[in-house]
Amino acid sequence: MNDRSNLDLDAPATPYLDSNELIINMGPQHPATHGVLRVILKLDGEKVLGTECVIGYLHRGVEKIGENRTYTMFNPYVDRMDYVAAVSNGLGYCEAVEKLMNVEAPARAKYIRVVLTELNRIASHQLWLGTHALDIGAMTPLFYTFRDREEILKIFERYCGARLTTHAFRIGGCQYETYAGFEKDVKNFLSFVAPKIDEYEALLTTNRIWLERTKNVGVISGADCIALGVTGPVLRASGVQWDLRKAQPYAAYSEFDFEIPIGTNGDTYDRYLVRMAEMRQSLRIIEQAVNGIPEGPIMAKVPKVIKPPVGEIYHSIEAPKGELGYFIVSDGSTQPYRLRVRPPSFVNLQALDRMVRGLLVADVIAVIGTIDIVLGEVDR
Amino acid sequence: MPNFIMSYLGSTVTPGEAGNQFWALIYVFIIFTGVSVAVMAMNWLERKALAHFQIRLGPMRVGPHGLLQPIADALKLMLKEDIIPTEADQFVFWVAPLIGLLAAFAVYTVIPFGPSQAVSDMNIGILFMLGVSSLGVLGVVVAGWASNSHYPLIGALRSSAQMVSYEVAMGLAVVSAILMTSLNEQGTGTLSMIGIVQAQQRQGVWFIFKFFPLGLIAFVIFAIAMVAETNRAPFDMAEAESELTAGYHTEYSGLRWSLFMLAEYAAMIAVSSIAVALWLGGWMRPFPNLLHAPVWDFIFSLFPALTFFGLAAIAVVGVVRMPSHSFFRIQRVGLAGFAALLAFIALLLLVIAVAGRSADTSLAARFREGIDYVYWFVLKVAVFMYLFIWYRATWPRYRFDQLMRVGWKVLLPISLGVLILTAIVGVVAS
Repeated sequence: MNDRSNLDLDAPATPYLDSNELIINMGPQHPATHGVLRVILKLDGEKVLGTECVIGYLHRGVEKIGENRTYTMFNPYVDRMDYVAAVSNGLGYCEAVEKLMNVEAPARAKYIRVVLTELNRIASHQLWLGTHALDIGAMTPLFYTFRDREEILKIFERYCGARLTTHAFRIGGCQYETYAGFEKDVKNFLSFVAPKIDEYEALLTTNRIWLERTKNVGVISGADCIALGVTGPVLRASGVQWDLRKAQPYAAYSEFDFEIPIGTNGDTYDRYLVRMAEMRQSLRIIEQAVNGIPEGPIMAKVPKVIKPPVGEIYHSIEAPKGELGYFIVSDGSTQPYRLRVRPPSFVNLQALDRMVRGLLVADVIAVIGTIDIVLGEVDR
Repeated sequence: MPNFIMSYLGSTVTPGEAGNQFWALIYVFIIFTGVSVAVMAMNWLERKALAHFQIRLGPMRVGPHGLLQPIADALKLMLKEDIIPTEADQFVFWVAPLIGLLAAFAVYTVIPFGPSQAVSDMNIGILFMLGVSSLGVLGVVVAGWASNSHYPLIGALRSSAQMVSYEVAMGLAVVSAILMTSLNEQGTGTLSMIGIVQAQQRQGVWFIFKFFPLGLIAFVIFAIAMVAETNRAPFDMAEAESELTAGYHTEYSGLRWSLFMLAEYAAMIAVSSIAVALWLGGWMRPFPNLLHAPVWDFIFSLFPALTFFGLAAIAVVGVVRMPSHSFFRIQRVGLAGFAALLAFIALLLLVIAVAGRSADTSLAARFREGIDYVYWFVLKVAVFMYLFIWYRATWPRYRFDQLMRVGWKVLLPISLGVLILTAIVGVVAS
């Protein structure tokens, strides 16, 4: 192990009451590490003395691929990072390149983007809720959330033909016009899902066991979050009101009326409540957006071959998991000179050790779930 | 020899008590196959019920509505490669599932399906039951230790601590029920399972309603402790899938693993039987005092037949609703056959109920009585089985320290309090 190791595995084990520390590997093949995350746990009995995350099992070199593809060709690749919120990834990338080229997407495209992105936020949160609850032992919410997420995926499928890796947006706008009945579908979905969210809450929010498992588990303060660069619902649950949709509005977010739910304790339960509230806020945004989609073109005037001027750009959006940023350096050619992604999952995962020290093994699972990571995005 | 065999038929005690080895063996055989079939049925039912809780269909392909799924699973598990890890302690690894299974099955010798429908009526029946069923923990610990792997070890330690802790609250709750049996003229209580049910019969009240709410609280404590005791959700620490992959049986596969499964379900049925015998009046039918006219006896004795008719009707509905595509022909025929079988059993039960409706000592009457006893007992146990599934579908899992806190700081004081209060109320009442 190197110097940066949290665990100091070579150090002699400290005996606790006639027993030794136990080092166990959680993952990469483990039902609750959400993919191929490997966590090395140092345990005293069940108490966690330290953790170390080993990542990279899903590394595909997305950033390097970006340097070897044209701007247009790279667009589908970003969908494969956070594959449960592919629309957000595409939005961030397209907006970053547009900003670099000084192009602005037309208003209609922006509205469509907002509708799809917020739908995707709900889908992502639903998937998070189902798997998180499953990790804590409640099996049933998983099936409820997947049932309802299906409706979102159906809308995606009708819109662009794909369900998961949607590749919904193009640099300069959207490729596809909304299909006939898109607005009706979205509105139907809104009235369909609102009572379903209440249903999830009925199963969990006041459930004694759920409260015991999540209250005061994985507490992290707002200051710690900021120091570690943690963003998204994890940051907001610690009481920091920071949401890029309000802080530096992109797409058409400045035109909508919505609130940023925040928590107070920064524990797993607050993160749960924040995400539940976010789903409801997303419904509000979608409702306003879908009612106000303006007429007009869906693509801005962009050249066939995209050649941004020399320069660099950092553009970030509020993905479901936190701040998703793209840093692109252009040398004026058709391919980025350097492309760097700031993935929320990777940064948020760094808070794991801070959150679980002194807790029990079972809490490690709860905390991994509550951070809401997607390994495709962590490893890229 | 035939005399020896036939002589028992007129007796009103268990074969063990009558000293009739032959019938005891027959009973053991019936119970062993009965429990094995019940475990299979429970396996199917759990998957189906859980699926329907979770808006799924569950097994649908193997047999009509997946009815043959448990058999297919059993076959698959038997044919699987039997892996013993090289690092494992071979002998202990081999013997661990057997310990669990033996402990789970040995309990059934004293379960009172009826006043004479048990293998034996031990005078320390309940002690025997608690003692033997807690031997199951040995199988778990030994399995976790012999696997020589971290996850099973942690799982085994968790579940041993859990089972031992909950045994305490469970035992105290049981004692308060036993105290209630001593409320008679002689002031003599009993530890015999059959004696406990008979005490409820004599006092004319199920112990769950005795000294309301004391009996109820003791029952609830037992009902909670028994879920923990059998390592089921929400107390399924030992096999907390999301934390410890599969807990103590992580390294087990194939037949050995299925023995653990069998032991788990058998233990669930066993503890439910204790709860039924101690608090829910065992084999007694509902309202024996309120509705005691012979006509009510007759009506209640129709219930077994009606139940099977109901099941047959459900199967018939399944046949009718099955799509008429030729692909489903075999399934339709199979389900219709199953419905016919159920209807045949129902008819048989109906004939017995009618033939044995008089309360004399004829063979038919005794047979009818026996079926009634077993029916009501099994029905009450089945309710508990359903509750087990329901818990699993509804609740998240407790954390280990919370589980211990519930056991020691909540259940134990309450059960102690109930015990003391029961004793005081019992003395005052007599």
